[in-house]
Amino acid sequence: MTATGPATVPVTAALALGDDALVLSHRLGEWAGHAPVLEEEVALANIALDLLGQARILLSLAGDEDELAYLREERAFRNLQLVEQPNGDFAHTIARQLYFSTYQQLLYAELAAGDGPFAPLAAKAVKEVLYHRDHAEQWTLRLGDGTETSHERMRSACEALWKFTGEMFQPVEGLEADWARLEAHWQESVTDVLDRATIPLPEGPRTGAWSAGAGRQGLHTEPFGRMLAEMQHLHRSHPGASW
Amino acid sequence: MVTATALEKELLELAGSVPDPELPVLTLQELGVVRAARLHGSDTVEVDLTPTYTGCPAIEAMSVDIERVLRAHGMRQVTVRTVLAPAWTTDDISPEGRRKLREFGIAPPRVHSASGPVPLSLGPTRTHTHTTETQPVRCPHCGSPDTELLSRFSSTACKALRRCLACREPFDHFKEL
Repeated sequence: MTATGPATVPVTAALALGDDALVLSHRLGEWAGHAPVLEEEVALANIALDLLGQARILLSLAGDEDELAYLREERAFRNLQLVEQPNGDFAHTIARQLYFSTYQQLLYAELAAGDGPFAPLAAKAVKEVLYHRDHAEQWTLRLGDGTETSHERMRSACEALWKFTGEMFQPVEGLEADWARLEAHWQESVTDVLDRATIPLPEGPRTGAWSAGAGRQGLHTEPFGRMLAEMQHLHRSHPGASW
Repeated sequence: MVTATALEKELLELAGSVPDPELPVLTLQELGVVRAARLHGSDTVEVDLTPTYTGCPAIEAMSVDIERVLRAHGMRQVTVRTVLAPAWTTDDISPEGRRKLREFGIAPPRVHSASGPVPLSLGPTRTHTHTTETQPVRCPHCGSPDTELLSRFSSTACKALRRCLACREPFDHFKEL
């Protein structure tokens, strides 16, 4: 892809970033045919496509993209548990997007500013992710500061996914980033959006024994296995098939 | 920096003359995605192509089209390399490309100095721009600056969907990146 060959790419980091993008892309793709309005159908599919493009480049840095996507077992995936969470209702999807795209934008901006192996991709993708974040922010405001029902659903979604957000700031081997500063900026940014959306900042723990977060170590939540079964089924049933 | 030879310039122009597979009114040169052509020996060439969006599926069709055109011009081996840096921006679209987009019914991207989305705010029932945009997105049909955003995402990753409040026509806007 660039002047940097695969030999110098830290594989753990490429898998972590690539799997985040791949898994969230697949989840967003599940909305096709089910989104509340046509515009959202198109928006979520476009965001999924951007993420799939990132995933292809990142996984190709780590090895063969198809083998990595279709032939790894659950325990070999290094994505955050947040991105594998089921779509739930539209508010859950938006809360997941808000938490993740804020994180991704901050992380990519930092990687883009450096000169590591991920800088070219991060510089490219960070501009796309700004649109993802903007989309999530606008919907959080609209639902949070909307009707009683939309407010309640948005609040409950933000609450439910909160326990998956601490994991985002565990250092990833091979990624040069100031994790404490990223976390502070993420908190600040999310708090600002939730404030304006009239949604109280969730209070539960984000790290520690009673919170989630071992996706980076290959431990995943129950819905992930079912998602992978669907994602990998065709490739595993018909190895080498093409059209 | 090695200076391009006359043949390399010719090959670069040929590669740039290939129409975009999604927006055939534009050539790849006008879109600003063909970066360089390097000749190795007499009939082996390497072309640098950059994607508009990371996930743009048109990049594969572009590569195949470039290969075909350069082979027809006598090149025996053509390699199309995808390069990411420096990242493509909508400012790379040529003035001629912008004019063609408008004629095709797509509002061209506004030229910007800072990257990222133009900040927008959302009304209670529909998306509507309230911000003081120095450059309004003009309707490609009637030219009115009075247009509203319907969706940030449209038929392809690079476009947003808008509607003209003067002539009521919906239209695609090649959004700033």
